[in-house]
Amino acid sequence: MNCIAMRVSAWMATAALALSLTGCGYNDFQRLDEQTSSAWSEVLNQYQRRADLVPNIVATVKGEANFEQETLTKVIEARAKATSFQITPEVLTNPQALQQFQAMQGQLSSALSRLMVVSEQYPNLKANQGFADLRVQLEGTENRITVARNRYIAAVKDYNILARSFPSNLTAMVLGYAPKANFTVANEAAISAPPKVDFGK
Amino acid sequence: MLKTRPIGLHGWSSLAKGLTWLLLSVMAWVTLTLSSAWAQALVPVPPLTARVMDQTGTLAPGDVAALEQQLKAFEQQRGTQIVVLVLPSTAPEDIADFTQRLGDAWKIGRREVGDGVLLVVALNDRRLRIAPAKSLEGAVPDLAAQRIIDQVITPAFRRGDVAGGLREGLTHLQARIEGEALPLPAAGGQGAKTPGAAEVDWLNLAVLLLVALPVVAGVLRRVLGQRLGALASGGAVGVLAWSMTGLLWLGGVAAMLGLMSALFLQALPSAAVRRSQGRGRGGDFPGWGGGGSGHSGGWGGSGGGGFSSGGGGDFGGGGASGSW
Repeated sequence: MNCIAMRVSAWMATAALALSLTGCGYNDFQRLDEQTSSAWSEVLNQYQRRADLVPNIVATVKGEANFEQETLTKVIEARAKATSFQITPEVLTNPQALQQFQAMQGQLSSALSRLMVVSEQYPNLKANQGFADLRVQLEGTENRITVARNRYIAAVKDYNILARSFPSNLTAMVLGYAPKANFTVANEAAISAPPKVDFGK
Repeated sequence: MLKTRPIGLHGWSSLAKGLTWLLLSVMAWVTLTLSSAWAQALVPVPPLTARVMDQTGTLAPGDVAALEQQLKAFEQQRGTQIVVLVLPSTAPEDIADFTQRLGDAWKIGRREVGDGVLLVVALNDRRLRIAPAKSLEGAVPDLAAQRIIDQVITPAFRRGDVAGGLREGLTHLQARIEGEALPLPAAGGQGAKTPGAAEVDWLNLAVLLLVALPVVAGVLRRVLGQRLGALASGGAVGVLAWSMTGLLWLGGVAAMLGLMSALFLQALPSAAVRRSQGRGRGGDFPGWGGGGSGHSGGWGGSGGGGFSSGGGGDFGGGGASGSW
């Protein structure tokens, strides 16, 4: 009888060990980790696509005589900064690095949108078919960036929920899986401040 | 009387206070819910019922049927699913965001190819968008979509010819997709696997069957006795396998296996009798066998009157918008 009880408990221990590997969410961690990194690759991919478009846009705009130089240099500088940013795997676990990355891409976004607004004042540029095409491509790329970012945000959300909820948080603790950093709104302060309307001028 | 009066007054005033508080909170609640409703009143994604859906009643029934036929023929021929939605407005969203939500919800396009295209027209906004799924971004790049919008569709829309603009635009879209070397429906459709079968976690299942089963069977036999224990362990394994894989038939098979092996483990002379009981129980399972194949996502190109999404389209934000 004692022998049977021992055998049963030995079986139980084996089963518990085997099941704990799957039950503790280890596989889920691997799956979601891969999901976030592929979503992140897509984000980088789309940002790269935009960075590749910028030289063409700059070249076309330069063809326009007396185009506002300041706007143009801002775009060139922002692109140089964004492409020179070293993207290491640590960016994903380091909120500061991600924020920095985001800030640089945000600068390029605002410089580009400023360029597009300014270009409206140049009739030759507006009539230029090549520039119109680049505009379309830029718009499509910005849309793709938005989609890729949204998917990354969703993937990180899934991962972080797993990393923080019981009992998988114990696995995360033992194996050192930290919650991942997520995108935030780049200019939170600017958005939350009410717009200033001044009709006095 | 005098003694009860103050209490009554006090009671009344507290009741009035309570009522005021209740009224205030109800007002606050109403304001909150209304404002949140106003804030997030996104246009809901309509159910996907046909290839051409007109929520505005702009298109004549004949036009809808003709467009539907055009798209259906193309889908049967090439496999690509194209869906047209005409709606009054996408406000407060931009048409690009709305179309993205449609794409994420409908996932039109064959499951294994992912070739779907959305053409959304917001009549009152005077905006439209062509959005190809990722696998068609090569066939319909943003520029091509923009050209079709600018040069084919919007001129017709400006003349007020919505049906003609859509017909011409779709013809141009289809010409571009025909140029892409996509697998044809007959070849692509038969290779389809049931979605459920692909997602089975075989490792977990093997662990369950090999390790957990003897333990569970041993414990249950000791607790419930030989006969009930074997039955219960078979049932438990079946339910576990079902919940882990989501496949009923697999759960049924696992239950049978569990029952058998639980009985074999007993190695009793009367095992045959119990196995026959097991068969009797197994009689419940054949009905479940259809569960696995029932999962196979309806493949749109199969002809017939019904239309359903192939479920493979992944929309990555490509395409172009235009206005007229």
